[in-house]
Amino acid sequence: MQRTSLALARRAIRSTRTTPAPILSTRHSTQIRFASALPPRSSAFAQLTESNITDLRALLSAPTSLMSTLDGSASEDDLRPFNDDWMNKYHGKGQVVVKPKTVEEVSKVMKYCWDKGIAVVPQGGNTGLVGGSTPIHDELILNLSNLNSIRSFDTVSGTLTVDAGAILETVDNELASHGHIFPLDLGAKGSCQIGGNVATNAGGLRLLRYGSLHGSVLGLEVVLPDGTIWDGLGGGLRKDNTGFDMKQLFIGSEGTIGIITGITILTPKRPSAMNVAVFSLPSYEAVQKVYTETKSHLGEILSAFEFFDKQAYDLVRRHQKEGGEADRKVFETEGEFYVLVETGGSKQEHDEEKLQGLLENLMENDLILDGVLAQDTTQYHSLWKLRELIPESAGKSGSVYKYDLSVPVPKMYSLVEKMRARLSESGLFKEEGGGRIREIVGYGHIGDGNLHINICADKYDAEIEKVIEPYVYEIVAAERGSISAEHGLGVMKAPYIGYSKDQTSIDLMRRVKQMFDPKGILNPYKFIL
Amino acid sequence: MIPSRVNLINVLVPVKRAIDYAVKIRIAKDGKGVDTTVKHSMNPFDEIAVEEAIRLKERTKAVTSIIALSIGPAKSVETLRTALAMGADSAVHIVTPEAPSPSSNPEPVNVAAAIKAVIDRSKAAGADKAIDLVIMGKQAIDDDSGSTGGMLAGMLGWGQGTFASKLDVDKASGKVEVTREIDGGLSRIESKLPIVVTTDLRLSEPRYASLPNIMKAKKKKIESLKPEDLGIDLSPRMSVLSVSEPPKRVGGGKVENVDELVQKLKEGGIV
Ligand SMILES: Cc1cc2nc3c(=O)[nH]c(=O)nc-3n(C[C@H](O)[C@H](O)[C@H](O)COP(=O)(O)OP(=O)(O)OC[C@H]3O[C@@H](n4cnc5c(N)ncnc54)[C@H](O)[C@@H]3O)c2cc1C
Repeated sequence: MQRTSLALARRAIRSTRTTPAPILSTRHSTQIRFASALPPRSSAFAQLTESNITDLRALLSAPTSLMSTLDGSASEDDLRPFNDDWMNKYHGKGQVVVKPKTVEEVSKVMKYCWDKGIAVVPQGGNTGLVGGSTPIHDELILNLSNLNSIRSFDTVSGTLTVDAGAILETVDNELASHGHIFPLDLGAKGSCQIGGNVATNAGGLRLLRYGSLHGSVLGLEVVLPDGTIWDGLGGGLRKDNTGFDMKQLFIGSEGTIGIITGITILTPKRPSAMNVAVFSLPSYEAVQKVYTETKSHLGEILSAFEFFDKQAYDLVRRHQKEGGEADRKVFETEGEFYVLVETGGSKQEHDEEKLQGLLENLMENDLILDGVLAQDTTQYHSLWKLRELIPESAGKSGSVYKYDLSVPVPKMYSLVEKMRARLSESGLFKEEGGGRIREIVGYGHIGDGNLHINICADKYDAEIEKVIEPYVYEIVAAERGSISAEHGLGVMKAPYIGYSKDQTSIDLMRRVKQMFDPKGILNPYKFIL
Repeated sequence: MIPSRVNLINVLVPVKRAIDYAVKIRIAKDGKGVDTTVKHSMNPFDEIAVEEAIRLKERTKAVTSIIALSIGPAKSVETLRTALAMGADSAVHIVTPEAPSPSSNPEPVNVAAAIKAVIDRSKAAGADKAIDLVIMGKQAIDDDSGSTGGMLAGMLGWGQGTFASKLDVDKASGKVEVTREIDGGLSRIESKLPIVVTTDLRLSEPRYASLPNIMKAKKKKIESLKPEDLGIDLSPRMSVLSVSEPPKRVGGGKVENVDELVQKLKEGGIV
């Protein structure tokens, strides 16, 4: 019975795919559909009515924990922030937002939805970049923001247990007061939630130093689709080889097999000495050489190595100027590329000496054109802004097609060049300006072989999308790269998983989904179709 | 042609090593100062002063040399290096013993006397070395005294332009115009060199220290002096009795709806 309804839902979704993948057909069995044509609503899911709202309200302790257009407690405008994604690219039609305050409430709501066949989209800070956190149709939005306490922190081991809805920056500030640091940092830290980070297996700016969440998360508490609470928090053990490591399945599951409600994570000591330098460089070759030199000079104190191109830098500077920020001079000599290097250690003199050695080497060998080194904490933050403000600045300059790709470092930037060439040929992009594509910028985490390409257009439409996709995925597949290094699949990349995963992997993933969520009510139309 | 006097402005910029602006201040265990085992940087107002001196040099070509001066413990050398890396030409360090807390830093009147001694010494070294303009922070963010600039001008018998948000020096006439931030507006004053100018936040946006300049700054010699070398005495006249935190804010609560809000306001006797 349950099997059938998932199959139904899935068939409905698949039927929208049209053209077959044009290349490497053995590896890419998944078919293509354009994101601008989203899958139709599955009839397997119940239509919400006012009586459902009354029932749901009865499960919640506070009247403000539910907002719905069905009972007049909210207007469409009130629900817009929950229906529109961060890029304003995807627009759901959810009619109800539920914000439980306790794990038990999450469980009750899920059990109710399970029994009634109501589709649910789990939502954290709604900063995801692949359309995963908003409804495609009228899925119930289960927003975790009211579940936001820090449950415990052990100062000896650095083990932290938090509610899923706690905001990354808030948690990190709290850790700072204990001399610890959250092992993940990203530009959306002021809004994204730990649960969302875990659900997307976010990588971010310090992966180079602290590794992925698959390593640092020690335990999870999850509400399964039928409302069962799985307490997998454990005792915060670092070592535990008793059977399958179930929590790993939830890390990066993008809300498709359970609602993460609690997280236990190992937090490292916060470095007491932090330095940041930004260099301007003449070429991508220089970026790679500087990376090699940096690793050998800085060793264990290197905590971030980020790069961005001239286009990205100019975009941020323009954005800052338009925002009325004082025009503070950064470089005497600007470059084609920029690199940000951060060190984090426990002794300022030691780190400075190492950094000094690196800087001398880079300058003597003419690997960099110019560079600046933060002299105080204020400068430390403003130099980081040059990198962190890229997504926001791109967003301000138009509708952004975002690609988050993983390829071997030497090939990374060639993808941006290929995209520029293709979009110029199509006439959509003009180097001198005035095309429908306003900007094509490349940046990313060199240390992780992770490239971000942002293509800012006048608006989202099928014409542009057809020129970009699946071409961008084809050139990644040709390098055996990943079409989603850290943002996940969501709705945007779900049809293209075949460019990075073989059929056996995809079949296994479908079986995992089927096992946890046989009714297919959690985050439908996304991830694994 | 021998340049006229006004073509040769030597600018002195006193810079202080203070607790970094972004660091959360904690009271020291003895309750008489704050914890100083934290990150230190150049006092932000002094950073603005250095920037303004460099801009003045770039803008007017009337500045021959910018001299950075720091009075403080050994580590003040880092602060002087930053000033050099930004673009100061030379640096003087008056070394004081390691201070256990900012409140045991030399008192403003002593600092002013030390700065005056450096200026007197520059005059004795010849007309082309004489300092005729001091640009300094309006206050240091650690002890917040805000009095050194004014005292220095008094001791020297110079004019003063405090809380400057704009500074103009006319190369030909040696006239200085300072726009000052005052309550609810601006005041413009004019004076002849020599003058002491203290900086307000809006005067300029400090530049980053560039790597080539940081490297060059490493190689520049910093003149190191003891107070005795200048014939000054930095012994304090005051002692700090106590330092305390402002009273803690009591946290608020959240209400679910308007009725509850009204009830709470009534309970609190507010409505
Ligand atoms: C400016 C900016 C910079 C970014 N930089 C990076 C970066 O450097 N690296 C990187 O990896 N990502 C980055 N991202 C994207 C990143 O995925 C998200 O910012 C973040 O990890 C998502 O957290 P969130 O709470 O906003 O989740 P949402 O966007 O709300 O949700 C993301 C996905 O997780 C699911 N989900 C959310 N919470 C839960 C939960 N409690 N249980 C189960 N499922 C849940 C949702 O259904 C959705 O599928 C960036 C985004 C922005 C806007």
